[in-house]
This record gives sequence, C-alpha cells and structure tokens, in this order.
Amino acid sequence: MLEIRDLSAGYGHRHVLEQISLKASEGEVVGVIGPNGSGKTTLLKTITKVLEPISGTVLIDGTNVDEMQSKEIAKKVAVVSQVISINFEFTVEDIVLMGRTPYIKGSETVEDINIVKDAMEKTNTLFLKDRLITQLSGGELQRVIIARAFAQDPKVLLLDEPTSHLDITNQIDILNLVKHASRKGMVVVAVIHDLNLAAYYCDKICLLQDGKLISVGTPDQVLTPQNIERAFNIPVEVIPNEITNSLYVIPVLEPLHDTLH
Amino acid sequence: MDKPGKSVILILAILLIVAIITNTAIGSTSISPDVTARILVAEIFEGMIDITGKIFPSVTANMQANGYYPVEKTWTNSQEVIIRDIRLPRVLLAVLVGAALSTAGCAMQGLLKNPMADPYIIGMSSGAALGASLGFVMLLPVQLLSFVGAVITIFVVYNISKIGGKVPVDTLLLSGIAVGSLLAAITSLIIFISHSPHQIIFWLMGGLWTASWDKVKITSVMIIFGVLILYRYAWNLNVMLLGEEQAQYLGLDIEKVKRYVLVLSALVTAAAVSVSGIIGFVGLIIPHIMRIIVGPDHRILFPASTLMGAVFLVLCDTFSRTILDSVELPVGIVTAMFGAPFFIYLLRKRRQSLYA
Repeated sequence: MLEIRDLSAGYGHRHVLEQISLKASEGEVVGVIGPNGSGKTTLLKTITKVLEPISGTVLIDGTNVDEMQSKEIAKKVAVVSQVISINFEFTVEDIVLMGRTPYIKGSETVEDINIVKDAMEKTNTLFLKDRLITQLSGGELQRVIIARAFAQDPKVLLLDEPTSHLDITNQIDILNLVKHASRKGMVVVAVIHDLNLAAYYCDKICLLQDGKLISVGTPDQVLTPQNIERAFNIPVEVIPNEITNSLYVIPVLEPLHDTLH
Repeated sequence: MDKPGKSVILILAILLIVAIITNTAIGSTSISPDVTARILVAEIFEGMIDITGKIFPSVTANMQANGYYPVEKTWTNSQEVIIRDIRLPRVLLAVLVGAALSTAGCAMQGLLKNPMADPYIIGMSSGAALGASLGFVMLLPVQLLSFVGAVITIFVVYNISKIGGKVPVDTLLLSGIAVGSLLAAITSLIIFISHSPHQIIFWLMGGLWTASWDKVKITSVMIIFGVLILYRYAWNLNVMLLGEEQAQYLGLDIEKVKRYVLVLSALVTAAAVSVSGIIGFVGLIIPHIMRIIVGPDHRILFPASTLMGAVFLVLCDTFSRTILDSVELPVGIVTAMFGAPFFIYLLRKRRQSLYA
C-alpha cells in the first residue's frame, strides 16, 4: 500500500506540488490526470525520493520513504517513464537485467536471471531477448522497459505517460499489461493523458491542477464536465460509453470551417 | 555477458603478451625474439626464486645446488642488461600508461556520456603540465609535481561544479575546460619566460624515454589497483548510460558513482601522465574502437580497452624509438599519426553514429 500525506515538493523556491494526500492499494490502478505542468511527473519523482519533498511523507507498506536508502526504494518502487529511445547497443536481456541493479552485488545470480526471464515472459518480450535495444519498435521498447520494472520485483509500479507516444494497439497492449499486474497484487499509479483510456482502465483517478489535488475518486466521480473544465480550461461533454461500460469525454469544439480558399 | 566479448578479451590478452616479447626484442642492438623470450623467462624465474628464497630458504638453496634452471643461458651479459634494465621497463611502462589512459578514457566517456571525452577532458592534462613545467624551471621532481598538479586540478574542477551536493555533467565539462584553459595559459607563460623551454615542450609531447624500474614500480601499484577498482563500476556505468534519472529509479546513487569513477580515473591518469607526459589520443580512440568491436557493455568494454590501450602504446613506442637512427620521436606524435587516420577510417566504414 502506498500512502502519501500532505506532500509538498518543488524545484528551488517554486512549489510544484502542494499538500497532496493520496492512498493507493494493491490491486488498484490509480490514474493521475491533469494538464501539462500540473505536477504529475513531480509527484512520481517525489514518491521515489529522486526529488526530496519540501514537506509531507510517503509511506510504502507503512515504511517512510525518507528513512530508506535509494536501493531499498528501488526494490519496492519501479518507475516506467516514457522512453523514446536508448542509443546504446545493449541487448534486450541486458536492459531487463538492469532492473536487478538494486539486488545485484558483484555479478548476477541464477535467481536474477530467472526473474529476468520471468519478467520478459510476462511482457511478451522473451523472443526479443538477444535483439539490440536500438532496433526495437516503440511498442516493443516500452514493453521491455516494463519488463525491466517487473524485474525490480516492486510492490508499487509508477508509470509516467507510458503510452502517449504509442499507437492505439500498443496503448491498449501496455495498459492491459499494467492492469494485469495490478490484479496480481501490485499497486499501480499511472500518469495518463488520454482521459478516455484513464476512465476505462483506472479504478481511481486523481485530478491535479497547479500542483493541487482538486478531485479524487472513481472515474464517475472525478470525470465530470465541471472538474475537467476547471482543470483543462476547455468545455467538455461526458457521456456514458455503453460499448466499454465506462465514460467518454468529448471536448466541445466549434465545427471547423475550411477557411482556405 | 556474451561469448564473443570474452573471446575478444582472450585474443587481446595473447596479443599483449606477444607484443611485450617482440617489442622487447626490437631495438638498435638486435636480439632475436626467442632469445628475448628466454631472457624474460629466466628473469621471471629468478624473481620467483628470490621470493621463494625469502620464504623457504632451504628449497631454493637445494634447487641452486642441483643446478635446476628452466632455460639454458645462451646469451651474453650485455644482452641481458639491455633486455632487463633498458627495454623491459620501457615496454612495461608503455603497457601501464596505455592501459591507464585507455581505461580512464573509457570511464570518462561512459560517465559523461560524451564521445569527445578522454582522460584529460576535465583539465587534468593542463594541471599535470603546469606541475611538470614548475618542476622543470624550479628544479623540483617533475614526476611528483605533475602528479600533484593533475590531482589538485580534478579536485578544484569537481568542487567548482558541485551545486547543492550534485555535480551536473555539463557543468563539470565546462568548468574543466575553463580551469584547463587557465592552467594552460600559465604553462605557456612559463614556457615563454623560461630559459630552457625545450624540456617542457618535449614533456608536453609525451614520451617514455625516461622509463626505469622505479617508475614502473611506483605507477604499477596505482594503475593496477585503480583500473581493477574501476572495473567494479562497470555495471553502474552501464546503468548510467540509460540516463541519470533512469539510473536513480533503479536505485543507483549516481553522485557517488560519479565521485568514485572520477577520482579513480583521475588517479590512474595522473599516475600515467606523471611518467609519460601528455600522450594524446590513446584515451580517446581506443575506447571508441573497442566499443565498435565489443559494444557498450562496460563489463567487456573496460578490460578490452585496457588491453588494447596497452598493446597500442607498446607498438607506438617501439616505432617512436626505432624509426629514426639518431633521435627518438615523442610517442605522442606517433599515437596521433597512426591513431587519427585509423579512427577516421572506422568512422567512415561504420556509416552511422558512433555514439549516442
């Protein structure tokens, strides 16, 4: 269980997060939404102590992150960022093995290798094992990065826009993978830009605006036209999506007239 | 770790042994390689007897009494002196310096994620040069002063770049260039006002003509230990190649890795520079060449660079001391003259970006 209490963070004197409180449990996919610059990525950085908080606490299974070494944190929390490319010719297996970094003392053990293989199986990347990381497609690369995160054997999986650069098939592929991991007992917190994907995949949604949490709850509770207008500053309609049994958010745009004559 | 990498290292290790023997054989007095090899074996054997003699005097006395000896002595004493006291220390010093520069260059390229990085990049060569120049004009020990100059420089540059407990890589590079330029200017000033600038200029070109067993002994300790400890950071450097933020997410204390790798590279480089002057290019191109051959994995790349750097400098040094009859060329000229065209050839042949 991940618990965040009154967390404030920022860069220099500029506060980017103010007084955030949030709980995420095993088996739950928590989506973090909000406009660019609202503090989503900063939140993930602060949870992992890559950025020191100004005030507040982060607890993982009751242990304060502040009292943990960075290695210990990496054994509990894995982060999947949006990785566009890796320019060094490592094999896929080497990249996934890097997930074992917090565990490896000296050189890798048979157990490490087995965990790596298992992580690759779960993410359908085992067949890419000996390929160079520089030669993968965007979707394959993102799956490998998730395999690396699984290799960390984490309690908490944080995802920072894991799908925004991918095509629709790969987006769904990745999010299914994440959903599955959560059902197997991981705590998942994902920054997602696509509100409709968030509505479908998340059990709980946090809406951030200017570093403040303006709404938390189920997708039905959070994704209201009022909330979204307040955060994103555009009018929207939210209609029930009967095909997927979730919500559908539509920006209200004026019909576009072709002005090029 | 993949198999091809391991076989490359094995091949390079054999190549290094062959290079040591053949290059010890080459010189103005011709001594054939097989005689050289025998002298070397006899020397090693005598060295071992010396050591065992100290531990088990009776065993050694017994062996000497029975005339047990691995090779028959078919060479003259003068040949033995040339091999043992002149050529061997020189070849071994080339091995050490080449290994040190190449390994440190590899570490700096990995750490700074910069293809232009070499062991001197953050001003170390300028610091060593200034130290050496002061040594020459003030008649103080040059080796010691150049070592101290390099170490102080890296310490100053590191602390200038430190912002709130962190050392951003680009700040490190830029402050290294700034401090380096300042020190280089002071060195130029010293050369300009000095009565005998030639010594300093020769030193700056880099050479191994002052090789001696003392120098081999002093530098070998620092270089061998430094290089072996750097190897322990191979995996961490691999992870750092993913980017600092990713490395932190994987639990790496990146500032600690930077500090240790910098200090180790600096010590190894300073040790090399203090006995050889500024030998350029080895620390820049050998790691690149090995990266093309074995890939970016530092677990393979480090030992491959170490061995190749050693082989390369041994060959260049032999060339520099034998090509002209009357004088020796500074080896720094030779490394660049051979290295640069070969490197350009590799760049063209590869036809894709060499480095991220």
